[in-house]
Amino acid sequence: MLEVALRHAFPGFLLEAAFTAPTPGVTALFGPSGCGKSTILAAVAGLLRPQAGRVAVDGRVLFDAARAIALPPERRRCGVVFQDARLFPHLSVEGNLRYGLRRAPRGAAGLDTAEVVRLLGLEHLLRRRPVALSGGEKQRVALGRALLSRPALLLMDEPLAALDAARKAELLPFLARLRERLSIPLLYVTHALDEVDRLADTVVLLQGGRVQASGTPEELSARTDLPLLAARRDAGAVLACTVLGHAPERGLTRLGFSGGELLVPLEAVPPGARLRVRVRARDVSVATEPPPALSVQNVLPAVLEAVEPGPPHQAMLRLRLGASVLLSRVTGDAVRRLQLAPGMTLWALVKSVAFSHDPAPP
Amino acid sequence: MGWLSFEEWQAVQLSLSVALRSVVFGLPPAVLVAWVLARGRFPGRGMLDALVHLPLVMPPVVIGWLLLVFFGVRGPAGSLLQDWFGIRLVFTTGGAALATAVMSFPLIVRAVRLSLDAVDPGLEAAARTLGAGPIDRFLTITLPLIAPGILSGAITAFAAGLGEFGAVITFASNIPGETQTLPLAIYAATQTPGGEGVAARLAAISFALAVGGLLLADFAGRRLQALLGRVPR
Repeated sequence: MLEVALRHAFPGFLLEAAFTAPTPGVTALFGPSGCGKSTILAAVAGLLRPQAGRVAVDGRVLFDAARAIALPPERRRCGVVFQDARLFPHLSVEGNLRYGLRRAPRGAAGLDTAEVVRLLGLEHLLRRRPVALSGGEKQRVALGRALLSRPALLLMDEPLAALDAARKAELLPFLARLRERLSIPLLYVTHALDEVDRLADTVVLLQGGRVQASGTPEELSARTDLPLLAARRDAGAVLACTVLGHAPERGLTRLGFSGGELLVPLEAVPPGARLRVRVRARDVSVATEPPPALSVQNVLPAVLEAVEPGPPHQAMLRLRLGASVLLSRVTGDAVRRLQLAPGMTLWALVKSVAFSHDPAPP
Repeated sequence: MGWLSFEEWQAVQLSLSVALRSVVFGLPPAVLVAWVLARGRFPGRGMLDALVHLPLVMPPVVIGWLLLVFFGVRGPAGSLLQDWFGIRLVFTTGGAALATAVMSFPLIVRAVRLSLDAVDPGLEAAARTLGAGPIDRFLTITLPLIAPGILSGAITAFAAGLGEFGAVITFASNIPGETQTLPLAIYAATQTPGGEGVAARLAAISFALAVGGLLLADFAGRRLQALLGRVPR
């Protein structure tokens, strides 16, 4: 288990955050810029010394203000991937990768060079200098360098934030692949919801230096009392799905979740694989009767659990489908017109194309 | 050396030797002081900074005189050196090198400090997270990255050291073959009736060495920057 409890007063900003997360697994620190998430990461790495608190990974104490324990960063075994890569300019890519490996503790378990190079696609970059790399390549090398230092905990500070959408789309699959392969905990700082949906096992929601909530992406996304999530344009329930099969001729993939099935545009994922999808609340409409002849592919029977007030003339509907929850954002007028009330049986309508990814810019 | 007399040639050799020794012995402490000034936060840092830069703003004769007071045979440091190691600095080549080293010290410190300020502390932090301790970090990250500054500082100090006059003549005197470096030989020639030709020849050599040194410093600095991957090759 990863235990973090920190208190640090900056001029005009108080960081007071505590959370625990299961290990191994990916924990995302999510929140708007200036919420303190990068500060937490720096404190875990040892690059910032908080005034009070405790940091421990699987019982190994890295920092404990009460017991005057503060391991220096070089002895914490935290691999860090910084937003700006921070590759050593005077060393080649290979030299950068070796820098971490040479200083790794003897006998520490971890990926070997060949595997890291293959996993991150670095084969043709090894002889180059960092100055000759693109932003995405730099981040892949930085990630490889951190991995080869055989860390006990991997920290990533908005590794994709400095990249454009195309580079980001190029790097995300590497991270997803790494997530499957990794046996150490990963703490991932981001303000991008799509990265959370794709990577996180646990989300810690931060605002103003405090933890607002923490839990799985599925749990948190279904809550309507967290403005940080629910007030977003892309607010919506995250469903943990399993790929049931593909229908290439129809251009659709069939996903199963506890509570029903979803048809989404064809995904390049083998059947049986697990996939998380975000069903945006504004893409879900409801009908009081099963509608005939409809272009919408997904018509899911659901029970209306609650009608939550939203912005003026809007409401958020909580729909129960077996063990899962869907959110639907509708107008206040629709609530009155259909006389929606908790307990009603409804049909949730979700267009398949609502799940299509934004086309990556060329 | 047909166009140089033995004494003139000796002055050139002596100048080169004094300047080289001043750089070799001055470089390590100058790098250390530059590092302390750039990265250290301690009381008295401003005083140290001012002290290091004194030779730039004080009359060289005063520096020479201070050295004489301090390192003279009866001075606090001079008598210790004499008694313990049998080393006498006044009126010796070593003394000329010491005076030159003190005068060019701020030049090296400034050059090294400028390149230290240009090193991203984030790189050192990254090396820390990869398991590098303080000495390891300095040797593998900081030192290679400030190498251009060290090199250009050393070459500039060497070129300037060839021409150090006031501090050398005050502390080490003007002894041919022992402490009479190029500028001192030029001075001596101008004081001698009919010495204009000697003075002109030595001045031309002095000029050529100084310009050559500065050009070399610039070239080596840029070459090293490319080697260090700061700019694409």
